[in-house]
Amino acid sequence: MSIKVHIIKDFPGFSLKVDFESDAKNIALLGPSGSGKSLTLKCIAGIIKPDCGYIELNGRVLFDSENHINLAPQKRKVGYLFQSYALFPNMSVKNNILMGLHSNKDKEEKLKILNHFVKLLNIEEILDNYPHEISGGQAQRVALARILVSDPEILLLDEPFSALDAFLRNKLQMELKGLLKKYNKQTILVSHDRDEAYLLSNEIVLVDAGTTIVQKDTKELFKDPIYLKAAILSGCKNFSKIEVIDEHKIHVVDWGFDLKFKKSISSDIKYIGIRAHYFSKDKLDISEEIEVMDITEETFNNLVRFRFKNQDKTSDLVYWKVDKDIKVDEKTKKIYFNLNDILLLK
Amino acid sequence: MDLFPLFNSLRIALIAVAIVFFLGILSAYYVRKCPRVIKGILDVVLTLPLVLPPTVCGYFLILIFGPTHPLGAFLYSAGLQFFMDWKGAILASSLVAFPLMYRTVRASFEAFNEDLASAGKTLGLSNTYIFWRIRLPACKSGLIAGTVLTFARALGEYGATQMFVGYTSKTATISTTVAQLWNAGNDKQALYWVLINIAISTVVLVIVNIFESQQKRRAK
Repeated sequence: MSIKVHIIKDFPGFSLKVDFESDAKNIALLGPSGSGKSLTLKCIAGIIKPDCGYIELNGRVLFDSENHINLAPQKRKVGYLFQSYALFPNMSVKNNILMGLHSNKDKEEKLKILNHFVKLLNIEEILDNYPHEISGGQAQRVALARILVSDPEILLLDEPFSALDAFLRNKLQMELKGLLKKYNKQTILVSHDRDEAYLLSNEIVLVDAGTTIVQKDTKELFKDPIYLKAAILSGCKNFSKIEVIDEHKIHVVDWGFDLKFKKSISSDIKYIGIRAHYFSKDKLDISEEIEVMDITEETFNNLVRFRFKNQDKTSDLVYWKVDKDIKVDEKTKKIYFNLNDILLLK
Repeated sequence: MDLFPLFNSLRIALIAVAIVFFLGILSAYYVRKCPRVIKGILDVVLTLPLVLPPTVCGYFLILIFGPTHPLGAFLYSAGLQFFMDWKGAILASSLVAFPLMYRTVRASFEAFNEDLASAGKTLGLSNTYIFWRIRLPACKSGLIAGTVLTFARALGEYGATQMFVGYTSKTATISTTVAQLWNAGNDKQALYWVLINIAISTVVLVIVNIFESQQKRRAK
């Protein structure tokens, strides 16, 4: 399984320039809303035509502006799960699914395939219902069944959980993870939720403002996002500009202290970041004096905002996510963190 | 009482509805796909009959299909007469009622969730299949509303018909008959035809209401 996407498309006030190639089984396009992730999927599916570029799926050219190739969506063998699921309202669940088998003329085989996926997705009981009579979770399963029966070469999942409430979302995310494990085809998930991307992908392509920023193994990306923008998208909250003093030493400009590393620091590092839950009250590599500004109680932890002792007054407060059973208050004057947990960013 | 005007009005309205039904749907579909400027121009042209006085529409019909004009003369020589003929009333009614179908259908096409069509495409369904089996059924209520409005408008058409085909024993419609009878001072007969017209329109509206409430019940 392999996909190659190199496309450019200009819209009024927005331009899309996406480049990635991947053999990974489960890819996630992660980026904020309006960054062009869904547009990218629509270009792959042939719903939107890029201005120029090249798209290849498993060695088949789907789009090539130089050689004037632009396969119709009908011929691309691409399964597209829409955000709204796009079930046909005038057809029963069964007929909706049979639409995925429309080109198959063998009635017996049709029913066999239908029954297989209906069982796999556990929707036997709603076959005769209409889309407006079933729940959001069921609608998603029906939409998936409709796609899977058509036997596409790749599955495109366009923010599949955004229309669901938190409880159902988690349940269906786990379901989908199980299904993807069994289903031996490449998938591209579009999401703005880093946890969702982490759960459902083994490779992430980060997209921001219409451009691909970085492509990396999912776990690696969260460990080492390389770029400031990537670190922000991966959910890191605390950043500071730095100056490299020498190979092992940097000055953290916004926070007003120096750090010394054992490893050598590349001269193109411009920022550092540290995730809010990596600070601690217990002794670790580095200790710094702080001034606690405020404490907000969240569902399962407290969010402390503080300033380092010599911090630039115009820079953002630093976030510290701390367990509720650990006592932090205005009298807390010291904080610890590990050098290994510092993200070095370009 | 001669019931010819009733028969004539109904056949004219029904044929006009059949014509406008398809023309309205097709133009609504293709105008939407046009580039912006052309779309704007076409939209104005196609809606004009709605805002122009029907007599102006009738005048245009005479301009095109009148016996002294090339197309009209050609059609006449081919045995097809519209001017001063009941078939001309079909043209008049279609022209005047067309914008109602066009605009209603266009509005429901615009409200159509394009994802449905895209989903159909990625599942391998042909564009024709998607149009007839997914897009049109999804826009059903708009189509019905447009059709009923078209029928009602075509049935009540007066100005363009009067200009183009006039009132003769072979072209009389309900609306031209009412005007003719009243002009001749035959108020009582005119009232009969007014009542017939009200009866037909009421039946049509009641049918639409019943249909709509059924739709709503099904949607629940």
